[in-house]
Amino acid sequence: MGMGSPEALLICEHCDTVYRRQLLSRGDVACCTRCGAELERHHRLGANTLLALALTALIVFVQANMWPIVTLGLSGQFSSTTLWGMIIAMWQEQAKVVSVLVAATLFFFPLMKMTMLGWLLWFARAGRRAPGFVPLMVILHRLGPWTMSEVFVLGALVAIVKAHTYFDVMPDSGIYAYAALTLLITIFAGVDLRQLWDDVPEHSA
Amino acid sequence: MSALPRATELGLIACTVCGLVCRNVPGDPQLDGDGVDDAMACPRCGSTLRRRKADSYMRTWALLIAAFIMYIPANVLPIMRTASLNDIDDNTIISGVVELWVKGAPNLAIIVFTASIVVPMLKFLALGTLLVSSQLGSGWARVQRAKLYRLVELIGYWSMLDVFVVALLTALVRFSVLSLVEPLPGVIFFGLTVVLTMLASMSFDPRLIWDGKDTDD
Ligand SMILES: [Zn+2]
Ligand SMILES: [Zn+2]
Repeated sequence: MGMGSPEALLICEHCDTVYRRQLLSRGDVACCTRCGAELERHHRLGANTLLALALTALIVFVQANMWPIVTLGLSGQFSSTTLWGMIIAMWQEQAKVVSVLVAATLFFFPLMKMTMLGWLLWFARAGRRAPGFVPLMVILHRLGPWTMSEVFVLGALVAIVKAHTYFDVMPDSGIYAYAALTLLITIFAGVDLRQLWDDVPEHSA
Repeated sequence: MSALPRATELGLIACTVCGLVCRNVPGDPQLDGDGVDDAMACPRCGSTLRRRKADSYMRTWALLIAAFIMYIPANVLPIMRTASLNDIDDNTIISGVVELWVKGAPNLAIIVFTASIVVPMLKFLALGTLLVSSQLGSGWARVQRAKLYRLVELIGYWSMLDVFVVALLTALVRFSVLSLVEPLPGVIFFGLTVVLTMLASMSFDPRLIWDGKDTDD
C-alpha cells in the first residue's frame, strides 16, 4: 500500500483512525481529531523518577495495610481495624463475595501492580527488558481498572462520618498512608506505561 | 474517506494490549467485526489481534442485563444492619444517603448518591444507548457518544464506594459489646452489579460507534 512502516503509524483505540506518528515534545499530548480520545502523551517523568515513585508507593502501601485505619471509642472501649480486618470480617459475616472483592481490588491487585511496575522499571532504567517483560506488561494492562485504593479513601471518610453519630471516631495512621497512596496513584494515572514497549528495545534483553 | 483513514480500510490492526500497529491477515476484510476466525497473535505481546472486540454486542448486552438484574435486589434489599441495645436498623443504599443528609453531611450524601445511584444508572443508560445506536449504524452525535463511553470507563469503578463503607463499618464495630454492624445480602448484589457493569463497559468496542454509514464527514 506504500505508506511506510507500521511503526511510523498510530491508531486511535477508540475509533480506529490511522495517524502518522508525530514527534511529541515534553508534556505534549496528541489527541484524535475524529473522536477526541488521547492518542499518545510524552513522558514527563523518566524511568528513574517513576521507579522512585513506584518504590515509595510500595512502602506506603505496606504501611497503609499494617497500620489501623480508624479507631472507634465508646464508653472507654476502643476498637480499630486494618484492611485485612475488613477482609476477614466480611468473610466471617457471610459476605464472602464482598470479602474477595475487597481483597482483590484493595490488596492483591494494587500490590501486584506496584511490584510488577517496580520490577519492570528497575530494568528499564538500564535500558533493558526485565525477565518476564512481555507477560508482565500484558498482566499490567489487564489489571487496569481493577485497583481501587482511591475509592477506598473516600469510603473510609464516609464510614467515619457515619460512625461518628454513635461513637468517638479517630482516624488512624493507616488512613493517612492511604491518602498519600492516592496521591501517588494519581501521578501514575497520568503516565502511559505502554511507552515501555517502545522505550526498551527487544533485542537488548 | 479522505483525511482520516481508518485501520480497516488500510488493512491494519492495532493491538489493544500493547498498541502495536500490525499489517492485517491477508484477505477477508469481510470477516470484520464479528470476531469470526480473523484472529492472529500480536508479534510483540502475543495477545489476539482482532479488528473489533469479539462478540462485542452480545457480550455487552448479556453483561449489562445481568448487571441490571443484580441492581434490583441491590437497591431493594438492605445492605447493612446496625444494631445497638435498644434498636435494630436495616439500611438500604437510599436510606444510607438520606441518613448522611439528615445527620448534617450533605456533601458526603451527594457523593454517595452519585457513586451508588447516579453512576450505575448512567452506566445502564449510556451503554444501552451506545449499544442500540451503534447496532443501528447511526451517525447521530458520534463525537458525544465517544465521549460518553470514555466517561463511563473513567468513573465506573467509583460505584464500589458503598461496598467499602459497609466492609469498614462491619470490621470496626464488630468487637464492640454494645452494638453491632452486619453486612446484609444487598451489599453482595451491589458489589456484583459494579463488577458486571465494569465488565460490560470493557466488552463494548467504542470503534463500533464509527462503523456505520458515514454521514458525518
Ligand atoms: Zn479516535
Ligand atoms: Zn500487542
